[in-house]
Amino acid sequence: MTNLYAMLAIFAKAYGLFIFIGLSVAVIAYAYWPANRERFRKAAKAVLDEGEEDKPWR
Amino acid sequence: MKEIIRTLTTGERQAALAIAICVTVIGLTMAALGNGDPFGIHGYVVMAYGLVATIFLIRCYNLPPSNVDRAGSYYDEPIKVAVVFSLAWAVVGMLFGLWAALQLAWPSLSFDLPWSSFGRIRPDHTTGVIFGFGGNALIGTSFYVVQRSSRARMPDQVAPLFVVLGYNLFCVLGATGYLMGVTKSKEYAEPEWYAGLWLVTVWIVYLIIYLRTLARRKEPHIYVANWYYLAFIVIVAILYVVNNLAVPISFTRAKSYSLFGGVQDAMTEWWYGHNAVAFFLTAGFLGMLYYFMPKRAGRPIYSYRISIISFWGITFFYIWVGSHHLHYTALPEWVQILGMSFSLMLLVPSWASAGNALMTLNGAWDKVRDDATLRFMMVAAVFYGLTTFEGSFMAIRPVNSLSHYTDWTIAHVHAGSLGWVAMITFGSLYAMVPWVWKKPSMYSPRLVEVHFWCALSGAVIYVLAMWNSGILQGLMWRTYNEHGTLAYSFVDSVVAMHPYYIARALGGLIFLIGVLVCCYNVFKTVRTPVDAFGPARRKVEDALGPVPLPRPASSPLPRPAE
Repeated sequence: MTNLYAMLAIFAKAYGLFIFIGLSVAVIAYAYWPANRERFRKAAKAVLDEGEEDKPWR
Repeated sequence: MKEIIRTLTTGERQAALAIAICVTVIGLTMAALGNGDPFGIHGYVVMAYGLVATIFLIRCYNLPPSNVDRAGSYYDEPIKVAVVFSLAWAVVGMLFGLWAALQLAWPSLSFDLPWSSFGRIRPDHTTGVIFGFGGNALIGTSFYVVQRSSRARMPDQVAPLFVVLGYNLFCVLGATGYLMGVTKSKEYAEPEWYAGLWLVTVWIVYLIIYLRTLARRKEPHIYVANWYYLAFIVIVAILYVVNNLAVPISFTRAKSYSLFGGVQDAMTEWWYGHNAVAFFLTAGFLGMLYYFMPKRAGRPIYSYRISIISFWGITFFYIWVGSHHLHYTALPEWVQILGMSFSLMLLVPSWASAGNALMTLNGAWDKVRDDATLRFMMVAAVFYGLTTFEGSFMAIRPVNSLSHYTDWTIAHVHAGSLGWVAMITFGSLYAMVPWVWKKPSMYSPRLVEVHFWCALSGAVIYVLAMWNSGILQGLMWRTYNEHGTLAYSFVDSVVAMHPYYIARALGGLIFLIGVLVCCYNVFKTVRTPVDAFGPARRKVEDALGPVPLPRPASSPLPRPAE
């Protein structure tokens, strides 16, 4: 049990930092990736333009 | 209710009937096996619930089906049921809250009965407002948002109804159990093992419906509000299952023992408990915010990118902050520090969300001034910003040494729940109710206004009273005299709390009055025929310009051309 605790603690303390840095880089890259700009712009507008009809698309 | 049955086909009515009979039989079995135990009484509750559904379905079985164009419309019936349940639970939950608050000011109001003691009615308050009011609002709005933003109808007609009704059975089992003394004694996870198993069943069906609806969406990109709702569904399931791992003393008895003990139990509980705040009371409601606020304001989100970054920030940071509930305990110090640092970092995505919401309104402040519904959402965003700042601040260990175990925590929780969660819910409900019931607007915009000011003044009175009381308590508990001993006894601090407790009950009462006004307004909106919505009632809507509104052909609405 002590060994397991020590192992998990070391893992959490040492690698946790890098995992989180990696994740934040990935998220920011995704959000600001130039190719995604158009997609996000469209998504933000899409909820305002669900058509006059209020019905499913097919 | 009959209208709901009329939308079902014969096959669907049979499926619904089969489920209702199954629930009745399960209840009967529980009642037989658990004779003499609260488990048996809950058996009768389950049986009654199933029986009412069964009888109702049988009586309506031969109703002619309404000719709904399924391909050409959304499935809004379960949303309506959820809205009604949500408001009913709001009244019940807040009544219990008011009673509990009055008991703290005047303890004799517990009448010395076991079931009405503070320890039993308080969980009724928390379960009623969090799971009853909040949970039903989340389920209802999520069904609305996922269908509209995907532009797809839900794939099934029985399963969404099962989710709403099944979820409320869970709430009923919780609330009635506490009064009998049935509790796991875990904050926000009090219902015993059998209620937990039932909730997991309902929750899995909920997730499946949500994913199947998303799979039918029009655009490949999933709108960000759905991310928040999905995080709510998936993570709450994980949290709930892990925290509720327990062994019942017998399969015919209500009592169970947690699989965890000691500090592990405390850590698991607060990992769950704080993430109930995160993923039940924040993520899902942010989903509401990101859909209903742009919709009502008629403006897209200020920054879609920030909404994505704060989504991942909230998801990854929140999971680690639970240990800030256990500062200066047997928990390893590094875990406490970890919880504290993540709580501080959490301020970034939280303020990004709050700022994003307020920036969305930038340019629509005239609408915020004229429209109480939008103002509800605006105030919610402000309270969200305030509360998340306060939360990060209170998670700092030295601050926590002052605030912990005092009413400051209660102030913080209610700034979040009354100011953020309830406000965004009311804003979303006022937007959504006319849309799902196909009405031009709410019955009375003026009553929405009344509710807004009740809600705001009630919340502010409540929070200010508890801030004062909490800080006073914290200071009294740590004031030393010249001999180095404590200056005040505990009872001194209790006496000093009395005026604040009265003020708190008053704040809660005002808030509850606002909710009753809301119930009346929703009831009248539902009951009033479309043609009866006079021009005066349309004034607010007109001032807002073209609010996206499903207009029935029979109601030609005069609207300013844009």
